[in-house]
Amino acid sequence: MKLELLPWLVLFMPLAAAVFITLFTLRCKNLSSFISIGAIVAGFILTIVFIHANGWQPAGGESVRQWLFVDGLNIDFGLRLDPLSLMMLLIVTGVGGAIHIYSRGYMHDDSGMARFFAKLSLFTFSMLGIVLANNFIQMFIFWELVGVSSYLLIGFWFEKPSAGDAAKKAFIVNRLGDFGFLLGILMVWGLLGSLNFSSLQGLLSQNPAALGASATIAGLLIFCGAVGKSAQFPLHVWLPDAMEGPTPVSALIHAATMVAAGVYMLCRIFFLLNPPALEVIAYIGGFTALLAAVIAVQQNDIKRIIAYSTLSQLGYMVMSVGLHGQTPAMFHLTTHAFFKALLFLSAGSVIIALHHEQDIWKMGALRQKMPITFVTFLVGGLALSGIWPFSGFYSKDSILAQALAQHNYLLFADGVFIAGLTTFYTFRLFFVVFCGKEKSEIASHAHESPLVMTLPLIVLAVFAFVGGLIGVEGVYNRIFSGEPSQSAGFASGLFEPFTHSPVAASLGILAFLIGLACAYALYANSEKDPLPEKLGGLATAMRNKFYFDEIYEATFVRAHDFIAAVADWIDRWLVEGLCIGFIRGGADLTGRGLRFLQTGNLQTYAFLFVLGVAAALYFVLK
Amino acid sequence: MQIGLEQYLTVSFLLFALGLLGVVMRRNLLVIYMSLELMLNAANLTLVAFSRFNNKLDGQVLVFFIITVAAAEVSVGLALIVALYRRRQSAHVEDLTSMKL
Repeated sequence: MKLELLPWLVLFMPLAAAVFITLFTLRCKNLSSFISIGAIVAGFILTIVFIHANGWQPAGGESVRQWLFVDGLNIDFGLRLDPLSLMMLLIVTGVGGAIHIYSRGYMHDDSGMARFFAKLSLFTFSMLGIVLANNFIQMFIFWELVGVSSYLLIGFWFEKPSAGDAAKKAFIVNRLGDFGFLLGILMVWGLLGSLNFSSLQGLLSQNPAALGASATIAGLLIFCGAVGKSAQFPLHVWLPDAMEGPTPVSALIHAATMVAAGVYMLCRIFFLLNPPALEVIAYIGGFTALLAAVIAVQQNDIKRIIAYSTLSQLGYMVMSVGLHGQTPAMFHLTTHAFFKALLFLSAGSVIIALHHEQDIWKMGALRQKMPITFVTFLVGGLALSGIWPFSGFYSKDSILAQALAQHNYLLFADGVFIAGLTTFYTFRLFFVVFCGKEKSEIASHAHESPLVMTLPLIVLAVFAFVGGLIGVEGVYNRIFSGEPSQSAGFASGLFEPFTHSPVAASLGILAFLIGLACAYALYANSEKDPLPEKLGGLATAMRNKFYFDEIYEATFVRAHDFIAAVADWIDRWLVEGLCIGFIRGGADLTGRGLRFLQTGNLQTYAFLFVLGVAAALYFVLK
Repeated sequence: MQIGLEQYLTVSFLLFALGLLGVVMRRNLLVIYMSLELMLNAANLTLVAFSRFNNKLDGQVLVFFIITVAAAEVSVGLALIVALYRRRQSAHVEDLTSMKL
């Protein structure tokens, strides 16, 4: 492998940037942002250089240093270099780089900008660590690091109680999933005696039944980690709340990269999952996608709508993994990273123009005032809705085609229905925010964002447009199906979905048209939301996210509080009172009794001395 | 009546017991000191008696040593008592309880 040092540089430059900013340049906003942006952009360039030198499939595929060796347990610190990780490397550094640059504009007036960039670099380091990990332990360490940096970034405006609560919620809910993940890792190690991905894969390909009866349990435990990090039902509640963080954070972490880590991990360890586990995964993904899409229809916060659409799209990806479709899942992950980052950054541009107003019913008519943001948001929205020839169409279509190929018609119908819903809520948002009349005073004074913010928007918009045609799918196909990437011509690639699976493609477009028509009819010129009157109680339930937070509050949080109270009682009365108190009280009482012997009178001492001598003599002479 | 070792030991035991009672029960430091000497001499008597009845001189040699050391000890002890009396204006053990915390 040529230039073996480069991936290590890519991985550790953001860490160095984070450390340097924290230690030296916390007072210098501009320098800090340049260091952080430099680290990630350099990482992007070095990744391209590395791929150029070695191709997508570097010889050896791993770059390993030994880290720990404890009696049979050998833990490496190694970088796994294959098409999957290299593509993710490009996404994280590329999309991440655009978001870093955008952040310079977005956070410009914030006094904590240097701190923000330090945390952003720490996050980039952790995310790259997950992507490059070649064994479970290393992945788990970076997995937790990502959790920590996500916590720090959601709670960036820690003086707001809601941000602090959201950060805590995200961290704790993630911990629940990670607990299962850790158990799964331990189980795999216990059963197979190895933690390295490639040696595990080798072991399982030699002996597919090596995991025995617990294969399903192990697979599902590992999936727990993805449920937490990719915010799948029932642990989806943290992601919408995470929108309390700054918008670039929502774009980078809670749309483009971190939440995709769960899907990435599932594709990385796909060989460990057996059919029953995959079935559970597929249905959980399908259900999450449906649930989130329905909730998104009745949200009024611009960022929350996009957050629920992220949940829904993640559900798509997980469903695709469950349907044996790693290539569609990773393909959708890639295009989703482009268009969802674009949507979030466009939303951020709107939010900044409206002085941190996030209620869509106070916006309106921004088309003329913010032309660039208007166009980029439209591109993002079209890509998210999946209309030909935007990138989202190709990836979503490949997932639908996968469902069809697996003859899972329930999930196929689910996917098509969600596609329609997605178009509906996306264009509800679009019509309300950009068309119609101004619905508030602030909206009439809005103006376009500076170049440092619009430039990343434009770049991402280009990728959101063509992302489906630049050969991403071929790269993933190399590792997942072993066949070399067929370099289909651009023109044939353009229409490939229609020849490959005409049913999926045409139904997808039909769903788009229906969703668009509904959204236009209801929202094109409306002053307020007409749906609550028509749907009644259902709309209220949708607006309140089907009361998941309330249900969890009433059950899990209450149960946890009860257990905590019991533990407190045991600690206070049994441990502290009985055990410790008994020993302490006993020593105290003995001491008090012995104090009476010390009278200070010489003759008493002499007398006791004589008694002692008499006793000693008695025992000696007996 | 033949006077044997037993009689000597009885006398020496009585002397020792008297001395011990004095030490434990009397209040005046000087008297306690005298009782202490009594106990010492009871021990001396035992040594001499054993020496006589064992036909060895070791015990008697030891007694000379004890008498010499006791003389030195008495001078030191008396000096201490005098110094104590000067300081406290009392030689009663009830007044000397500063060892109690």
